[in-house]
Amino acid sequence: MFHIYCPHCAEYREEEEFHAAGQAHIARPLDPEACSDKEWGEYMFFRKNPRGIHHELWVHAAGCRKFFNMTRDTQSYEIKEVYKIGEKPSVVAE
Amino acid sequence: MQRYSGFGLLKHSLTHHENWQRTWRNPTPKKEYDVVIIGGGGHGLATAYYLAKEHGITNVAVIEKGYLGGGNTARNTTIVRSNYLWDESAHLYEHAMKLWEGLSQDLNYNVMFSQRGVLNLGHTLQDMRDIERRVNANRLNGIDGEVLDPQQIKEIVPHMDCSDNTRYPILGASWQPRGGVARHDAVAWGFARGADSFGVDLIQETEVTDLIIEDGTITGVKTNRYGDIKAGRVGCVVAGNSSVLAKMAGFELPLESHPLQALVSEPIKPILDTVVMSNHVHGYVSQSDKGDLVIGAGIDGYTGYGQRGSYPTIEHTVQAIVELFPIFSRVRMNRQWGGIVDTCPDACPIISKTPVKNLFFNCGWGTGGFKATPGAGNVFAASLATGEMHPLAEPFSMFRFHDGALIDEHGAAGVAH
Ligand SMILES: Cc1cc2nc3c(=O)[nH]c(=O)nc-3n(C[C@H](O)[C@H](O)[C@H](O)COP(=O)(O)OP(=O)(O)OC[C@H]3O[C@@H](n4cnc5c(N)ncnc54)[C@H](O)[C@@H]3O)c2cc1C
Ligand SMILES: [Zn+2]
Repeated sequence: MFHIYCPHCAEYREEEEFHAAGQAHIARPLDPEACSDKEWGEYMFFRKNPRGIHHELWVHAAGCRKFFNMTRDTQSYEIKEVYKIGEKPSVVAE
Repeated sequence: MQRYSGFGLLKHSLTHHENWQRTWRNPTPKKEYDVVIIGGGGHGLATAYYLAKEHGITNVAVIEKGYLGGGNTARNTTIVRSNYLWDESAHLYEHAMKLWEGLSQDLNYNVMFSQRGVLNLGHTLQDMRDIERRVNANRLNGIDGEVLDPQQIKEIVPHMDCSDNTRYPILGASWQPRGGVARHDAVAWGFARGADSFGVDLIQETEVTDLIIEDGTITGVKTNRYGDIKAGRVGCVVAGNSSVLAKMAGFELPLESHPLQALVSEPIKPILDTVVMSNHVHGYVSQSDKGDLVIGAGIDGYTGYGQRGSYPTIEHTVQAIVELFPIFSRVRMNRQWGGIVDTCPDACPIISKTPVKNLFFNCGWGTGGFKATPGAGNVFAASLATGEMHPLAEPFSMFRFHDGALIDEHGAAGVAH
């Protein structure tokens, strides 16, 4: 059970209020029409899915309904930090 | 290999069962193999078995970081069915179903395959339209299936609440009589024993830590216990850890690894002689031969490699079961656990060549690959033997996510495993 700090609400809330929305920092191609099938497919479907440090998008679904980022260890499940959209993580994998 | 039989049992009883042959050897690996299979789950072991049996390739090693079958194979809830919507998947799962039907005899090992039937419940009009479409598609593919109304369901599962007086009344179900359950450990052990009898080396407690790739071609694997092992071809069958192995090979997969939990109750007297699942109420249940209720539902929403999930998921699972079976509300739960499932965007597996020559992946089975164990092993073995994908595996290339030929099985494989 995660105890998650929402950077928008500025408080810890229980996991059930949140929804994990997948890998963070996936940039949508600026000109989708110019993408090859491979580039578009990789953007749509291919994921890092690391064992260890991971940057992911979460949404405070049953709270403020805002999105934010989280750095989490997918092996130990330890939450390293949360940070707002547009910010960069301070904890990164070696 | 010492064959098992009623007579053998009698014979060994005379010596107090102290002289049974070991089920498999525990060899030190050679320096080089024709084929190395990474991952000693059901799929990896089945692959090794069919490589040896059907293709005469016996210079094979299966390298397993833990113990045989200790991954999702030993953690799953053992539901076997083949009632998938699209031709590609229906053919693949039905290929497995046909192998299941003769598997205990073929392996000379009782995998306790029990065709007790599988019900997929519908609770909304859309559920029922989808069920009717799927059952019709199944029948066109020669797969058994029927659409049942609540009265017929009640006859099969008298203890389920089929009344109108529930939050999500049961409007009907699909019914696959040939579906059922099997004993998961026995499947791993049976394939392991069979593969070993052909001379396949099963290397346990040995982790593949890196892949040796020269000029875009794989030539071997690095291990934590036995150093480098050379290989002509490598088949990677590591389920939840597939992305980790793909990273070693320098590419990404369209996979996310999630915890999937299950639980069993205390053993109770026989009460449920079929498998019931509901995508809508979000849970499924069967009863093992031991008497415990085997219960599961959907994945935890976040990715995780920890083989455990969160408490709310368990709570929702149990709520769903009690909604369907109020009579189970006071049954106590005995054990709970999690596996790491490799979910794919279209809820279908990947059985595929990769950007690296001679490296093949069988993964992406997510929440529902146990039922495919013999079939997947069979077609993956054929692909590893020839270097070209078996026709049944062909549509499941990882490159379908580039060209868009996805096979959407979310309807047949959401909560239902
Ligand atoms: C709770 C739960 C319920 C499920 N219920 C069902 C169900 O009812 N019906 C159904 O059809 N399916 C079900 N599934 C899915 C099913 O269990 C899997 O799809 C299937 O067992 C996968 O088999 P496998 O052999 O590919 O993987 P696994 O059995 O996981 O084998 C992979 C093996 O690879 C090993 N490995 C990983 N990394 C390395 C490495 N670097 N080096 C060496 N070895 C490595 C692992 O230790 C593991 O033993 C369920 C899964 C779970 C978790
Ligand atoms: Zn918030």
